[in-house]
Amino acid sequence: MVRTGYDLSNSVFSPDGRNFQVEYATKAVENGGTAIGIRCKDGVVLAVEKIITSKLLKPGTNKRIATVDKHVGVVSSGLVPDGRHFVSRARDEASSWRRFIKSPIPTSIIASRLGSYVQMYTLYSSVRPFGVTTIIGGWDSEEELPVDGQVGSGPKMGAGGKDESLRSGGPGLYMIEPSGLYWGYYGAATGKGRQVAKGELEKLNLQNGTLSLLEGVKEAARIIYVAHDDSKDKDFELEMTWISGKDGPTKGRHEEVPAKLREEAEKAAKKALEGEDEEDDSSKGDKMEE
Amino acid sequence: MNHFPQAWGRPRDDIYGHYDASFLQSSGPNQHTQSPVVTGTSVIAVKFKDGVVVAADNLASYGSLARFTDVKRLRTFNDTTVIGFGGDVSDMQYLDRVLSSLDIKESYANDGHHLNAKNLHTYLAKVLYKRRSDFNPLWNQLLVAGTDDDGKPFLSSADLLGTTFSAPTLATGFGAHLAQPLLRRIVPDEAAVGGITQEAAVAAVKECMKVLFYRDARSLDKYSIAVVTNEGIDLKEDEKLEAQSWAFAEGIRGYGTQVS
Repeated sequence: MVRTGYDLSNSVFSPDGRNFQVEYATKAVENGGTAIGIRCKDGVVLAVEKIITSKLLKPGTNKRIATVDKHVGVVSSGLVPDGRHFVSRARDEASSWRRFIKSPIPTSIIASRLGSYVQMYTLYSSVRPFGVTTIIGGWDSEEELPVDGQVGSGPKMGAGGKDESLRSGGPGLYMIEPSGLYWGYYGAATGKGRQVAKGELEKLNLQNGTLSLLEGVKEAARIIYVAHDDSKDKDFELEMTWISGKDGPTKGRHEEVPAKLREEAEKAAKKALEGEDEEDDSSKGDKMEE
Repeated sequence: MNHFPQAWGRPRDDIYGHYDASFLQSSGPNQHTQSPVVTGTSVIAVKFKDGVVVAADNLASYGSLARFTDVKRLRTFNDTTVIGFGGDVSDMQYLDRVLSSLDIKESYANDGHHLNAKNLHTYLAKVLYKRRSDFNPLWNQLLVAGTDDDGKPFLSSADLLGTTFSAPTLATGFGAHLAQPLLRRIVPDEAAVGGITQEAAVAAVKECMKVLFYRDARSLDKYSIAVVTNEGIDLKEDEKLEAQSWAFAEGIRGYGTQVS
């Protein structure tokens, strides 16, 4: 494809059916810090390897995982400003859904809306594709939700009725690529260490639906540490958020994993790494304080 | 045909005479809320040494009709604050959505800061004052209960005019006349708050709910009660008045069937 000219404008196909601008955007993602999402039986964990570019940055600031709605979180890998814009669009989608529908947006729908949004940036020569791959985690309430602002329970009798055996809600995890392609995943990984991280995620057998949220947090921390390449970047911070159901630790909300639990998970992650290869120095643990 | 769009598609003036287009005009006075429609009655609250107890019955009246009997008028925010709403129920629903979107916007920052009851009261009072200044008031009286910046019990009111008021005991609507004096007997001033236990405060509030049901014709014997402390909120939304005694009704004279 060298100097064929098919890569100079967005939305232009090459004769063999490729959109080079989108492929270059994917390259930008491959340089970003590793981000992963794990769909557990009782919640979702999002984690990111935040590479520290300067010692002058305050630890624990410049968060990379964003809250989009009470129950939805987003983490991206690639160009940070592109990720920020993506989050702002996601927040608009979530709040306008609430404004019209008067209930929280289902994770599947926000993923679909954002997938369409990203895809539109592959269609016009006046724009460039998003330089991020984004992982969206959410929890849709498994209970019958009141309409936002509802005060009573409505009539006790009347037409209708529902199939009590039908169940809805639960954890949701989606990943959107610069092309706009998105799938739902049991475990998703993107960024520098995605190959290693995907390998580790596959070992967890997430499709069985047996991994608990707490185990998921431990595994997420471990995978970020395993996927981290010490020879390329020395310093990184682990950022982790989680979403559980109503009965879980976050009560259906997207929140940061408490510092204590995160540190515990990091300690276990470092220990697991040392067990793997003895000579591996564990000095990278001390930079994670808030 | 001329270039006035309002004349297009209308009968021709030269044949049918002048067309009365007055109904197309949108001028004239703007009509805002002049009175509440579906209303909730009293909200009562009292501070005790570790927090605040708030209660409101589960009735939404349509005039004098007891229209909705399972309406939850105590709303929680952040697991730290309870807001009791008196007045118009649809305006309460609107404010509930405003609070929900505020909650989401606050979570964007993810900086570990959360709005407490005091912050929320300031915010709500400003929303109410803005609306009354637009001559379009939100027809509510609110009691905001929780803790302040120092973790001390916080209780304050805000109303449709944007007026705010704080006291160790507060009540809105009919309760301001009936329950407030009873609560003041138990907690006369801020200094007395430290000596009041949770049990005493709950008992006092329940007693007041009963008195209100006896004497307020827009009240109900089903109510919600919340205890807010630094540990969180204990909200019960399906309480029933206990040990009612209508013996006093025998002595009422002057109207109804007993005229003298």
